Amino acid sequence: MTRHDVRHYPGLGLLTAAFFAYLYLPIAVVVFFSFNENRLVSVWTGFSLKWYDSALSNRALLDAVKTSLTLAVIAMVLSTTVALMAALVLVRAKGVKGRRISETVVNLPLLLPEIVSAVAVLILFSQLGLTNGLAKLVLAHTAFCIPFAFLPIRARLQGMAPDYEEAAQDLYATPWVTFRRVTLPLILPGVFAGAMLAFVMSMDDFITSNMLASGGNTTLPVYIFGLIKQGTTPELNAISTLIIVASLIIATTALVLTFRRRIP
Amino acid sequence: MRADFRIWGLLPAWVIMGFTLIIPIGIVIAVSFAARGAYGGFDWALSGEPYVQILYQVGWTDELEFNPQYLYIIARTLWLAAITTLICMAVSLPVAYYIARQPRAVKAALVYLVTLPFWVSMIVRVYAWLMILGNDGVIEKALVATGLTSGIDSLLFNDGAMLVGMVYSYLPLMILPVFASVEKLDGALIEASHDLYANRWVTLRRVILPLAWPGLMAGAILVFVPCLGAVLEPILLGGGKQLLMGNLIQTQFGGGRNWPFGAAIAVVLMGLVMIVLMARALRDGGRHDAA
Repeated sequence: MTRHDVRHYPGLGLLTAAFFAYLYLPIAVVVFFSFNENRLVSVWTGFSLKWYDSALSNRALLDAVKTSLTLAVIAMVLSTTVALMAALVLVRAKGVKGRRISETVVNLPLLLPEIVSAVAVLILFSQLGLTNGLAKLVLAHTAFCIPFAFLPIRARLQGMAPDYEEAAQDLYATPWVTFRRVTLPLILPGVFAGAMLAFVMSMDDFITSNMLASGGNTTLPVYIFGLIKQGTTPELNAISTLIIVASLIIATTALVLTFRRRIP
Repeated sequence: MRADFRIWGLLPAWVIMGFTLIIPIGIVIAVSFAARGAYGGFDWALSGEPYVQILYQVGWTDELEFNPQYLYIIARTLWLAAITTLICMAVSLPVAYYIARQPRAVKAALVYLVTLPFWVSMIVRVYAWLMILGNDGVIEKALVATGLTSGIDSLLFNDGAMLVGMVYSYLPLMILPVFASVEKLDGALIEASHDLYANRWVTLRRVILPLAWPGLMAGAILVFVPCLGAVLEPILLGGGKQLLMGNLIQTQFGGGRNWPFGAAIAVVLMGLVMIVLMARALRDGGRHDAA
């Protein structure tokens, strides 16, 4: 690139470097201090893994992880199933009445600030007298996970010509067999990506879970929020680092699946 | 595909959205006109009281006094959301432009790096800023170590701290759409602009900016709407005293305080979001008509 390239703006490289520093330094700080031996978070005295040890033997934390994982897996399965069905109809079926309004309804959680929908389900559940904590969380999480599962599945379906499905039908495959043997294998990367997004969104959720929180059903973010309110500790950093590592692994898998080569 | 699948394929989505969103939002609107319950919660009785409470407070002698405290909260929320959106736009355009001009492999790697932090739990990302800005935090340590100062008051619990946290939380939502529109930008147009004696600044203003505008606008919606409803940043970085609409609503529902009032604020918040989305839809509609 020459100095006289008119498309080149000076200083952009520096700005981009500063931008990435801003993006990653906070995460690096958390990871770095999780290895600090000292009780005081920001006084570095030496390398130690003891906070990981204490985090992994913390009963309350493990319970929260269990609640969050159970919730996220159920919400992921339900929301991906619902989203897959909706995507098949909205992309593939002909002559669907009210396609636009159905699409808006599927994506509704993206159009509302989460605090509003959280308050809305709280009032509904209290009016219905619903007391099962996990059931309330599953319903609410499934709803806001649906658009995150829907969008990658729809993208995959839209990027795929209907020829294969038509060929299968010409060979007398029933709609179910066509779906099982042709459509599903072809859109599987999109389904996986959507399921993973849904899983992460459920694991990550604070606003709705906190609003519906009841004893015995504390999710991981709600538990962490409680710890943060008591002040920063090295154990909190160790927990955060474990979460960061887990999310990076899931994110990388999902991105690889999404950007894998398109079907011919 | 059998015809009836067109109906029952969409049914689960409609049922779950109807049950957990559409009906509940109707209830929120109804509750915002209800009376405050004696023991928390609410009583079904038509009253405009919660909306009156946004503007007035009851004085010593039962008369209504104008009290702008909640208007300040609404204004502060709008202001912080707008500033966050503007900062995200100003940062995203040059960064996206730089990334878009890299060779293919570098470009893919940089886009991956932009999206990565967004997958990390929101609460962990906000907590990271607590460690940096807090009392004895990384910034204070650095300033003391370099001898610039012997100690500073906490950098937390003010609008600036909330702003840093909100920009950090939502920046990836701006970069991606801006990148998508900048990447399609034809370099020949920039060269043409220079051939016609435009300098870099004029080219930026007259060529790059208009072509990147759809991406900037799409990103603006993605950033502005969640910013209006931000909850974690005002509680943890703003210290809970710097109220925004999000945590004002949240406190009304914690411990059975004032549900109708919280519902009224939620309705106002929904109204603001609706105005933004409608303005956007109208603009898009106008463009389609023109085309």
